[in-house]
Amino acid sequence: MSGSTFELRGLTLDYGARRALSDVSAHVGSGELVALLGPNGAGKSSLLRAVTGDSSGTPARRQGQVLIDDVPLDEFDRATLARRVAVVPGQTRVAFPLPVEELVALGRVPHEHPLLGPRAVDRAATDAAIERVGIGYLRGRDVRELSLGERQLAVLAMAVAQGPRLLLLDEPTVHLDLRHQVAVMELLRDLSARDGVTVVAVMHDINLAAHFFGRLLLLDAGRLVADGRPSEVLTPERIRTVYGVDPGLVVVPTA
Amino acid sequence: MSATAAAQGSIVRHAGLLDRLRHRPLWLVVAGFVAVLLVSAAGVFFGTVAVSPADTIAILGHRLLGIPATVSWPASAETIVFELRLPRVLMALSVGAALSLAGVALQGLLRNPLADPYVLGTASGAALGAAIGLLIPVQFALLGFGLLHLFAFLGALGAVAVVYRVSRLGGLSSLSSVLLTGYAIGSLLAAGLAITMYLSGQTLRQIFFYLLGSFSLASWPQLTVGLPLIALGSFFLLTRARALNGLLLGEETAAHLGLDVRRERLVLLAAASLVTAASVAMCGLIGFVGLVVPHVVRLVAGPNARSLLPLSAIWGAAFLALADLLARLPGELPVGVITGVIGAPFFLFVLRRYRGGYEL
Repeated sequence: MSGSTFELRGLTLDYGARRALSDVSAHVGSGELVALLGPNGAGKSSLLRAVTGDSSGTPARRQGQVLIDDVPLDEFDRATLARRVAVVPGQTRVAFPLPVEELVALGRVPHEHPLLGPRAVDRAATDAAIERVGIGYLRGRDVRELSLGERQLAVLAMAVAQGPRLLLLDEPTVHLDLRHQVAVMELLRDLSARDGVTVVAVMHDINLAAHFFGRLLLLDAGRLVADGRPSEVLTPERIRTVYGVDPGLVVVPTA
Repeated sequence: MSATAAAQGSIVRHAGLLDRLRHRPLWLVVAGFVAVLLVSAAGVFFGTVAVSPADTIAILGHRLLGIPATVSWPASAETIVFELRLPRVLMALSVGAALSLAGVALQGLLRNPLADPYVLGTASGAALGAAIGLLIPVQFALLGFGLLHLFAFLGALGAVAVVYRVSRLGGLSSLSSVLLTGYAIGSLLAAGLAITMYLSGQTLRQIFFYLLGSFSLASWPQLTVGLPLIALGSFFLLTRARALNGLLLGEETAAHLGLDVRRERLVLLAAASLVTAASVAMCGLIGFVGLVVPHVVRLVAGPNARSLLPLSAIWGAAFLALADLLARLPGELPVGVITGVIGAPFFLFVLRRYRGGYEL
């Protein structure tokens, strides 16, 4: 199976009087691994939210289109979309004690029978996802007792169990220690390279993004200012204008 | 690292009977049904007036199964067993199941462990409605219901409807705003209740007893009206397991999992309010059941709504029928007192066993 394509066509988002995104166009091909970069408030999370349909807060006015597999987002029904696109939010909070394997099993909600519940194929997918992310040792632990890194891996396993063709992530490495940052990144790279899943992640850490992603989209004040390989996007000039910091702090891999 | 080790240690230490039951939900279902049967039988066989077991069986066989009477029994015995005890047991069972289901639904929907069936103004709406119903000097009775019950039912539903509408104003309908609106509207209605009680004079005692909750007025006509409402709402709640599971991680994640969050929220609220209003109209305000039964079941069987919903219904039914039995044996204590007296210590016991993994 191949990954879904993901395309923005002249996407503009207004939250009340605030324009969060301004005429953004980009095409992400099947199985690509793409990071969305930009300073705080540049519109990274707004962009993600335009796709995932945030239900709370001020509704955005949207112009332009989001297309998944060349089909406009609005034409998908919820269930079909959920079987094709998985979203990993910035943070996951659980109100009740929840064992890790039951959290991962929630990824099967779009696939399972509405009344009869999970079938053998769903349980197999849950087990496979736990295996794939390598968190078998966390089985039986309450999600709320886990470290942030372990919790993020569990949430990623849930997204993997969902069996998506497109994976959208909002700052998947924020607050994680280095080891878990690398574990998350390697998993994403593996999903893209081995399973052909299209991965689009909002990233706050330029160095990590530059190291692991083949393609970066750089947003500034709601506009797409650069799109390309890390070495092309992260020029010292751009880092200075977009982030307003000394580019010496950023190590862009040359290879 | 040492914290992790300690947490693992505590889990190992507590891996006793309760922990093994967690992976055997079927056993909990079977045990629950056995408990329901035992408690129901006790409720029909025991009471302040002694009716011999043989007579009780003969009366039940005659009235329920149409077995011709071979022995004769006093007419009063038949009334006690068939017109008083049996409807009372059935009402306690159905209200216990209904309140527990509503508790599961509202805790899950609001993602708040402190939510109970009355959290969105149902209780104060029903109480105010009942008090007003008592003050209106018009006698009205239909199928065992008076103005009090009708107004309580309408008051409960009305309060939730207002909370729902108000919390959606301005496009904002976050869960905390629903919860806070429920609290505010509830306080407003409670003030109304206070005034009504202040003005009520002679009927104050009646209002007070209604607020405490009791099954002493249970009757077949009441059940004929109340049971279908409870059954309808419970059916909708029992079929929402998938939605409640999706909502475990919040509404945003539920939407990402393909659920129509607005619709699910409406269905859950409407069904929970319907069963709560029907329960409140029949037997007044019975606290604790809808809060604690879902928690105990969740602690023992886990948060998966597919087992949480049916198990809460079964055990809620058994629990409330038992509480009612204990309430009437010494001579009509308010059943809410008993749910607290036997429920609270049991809850604390279960809570202690899982202290490591549970934060209220």
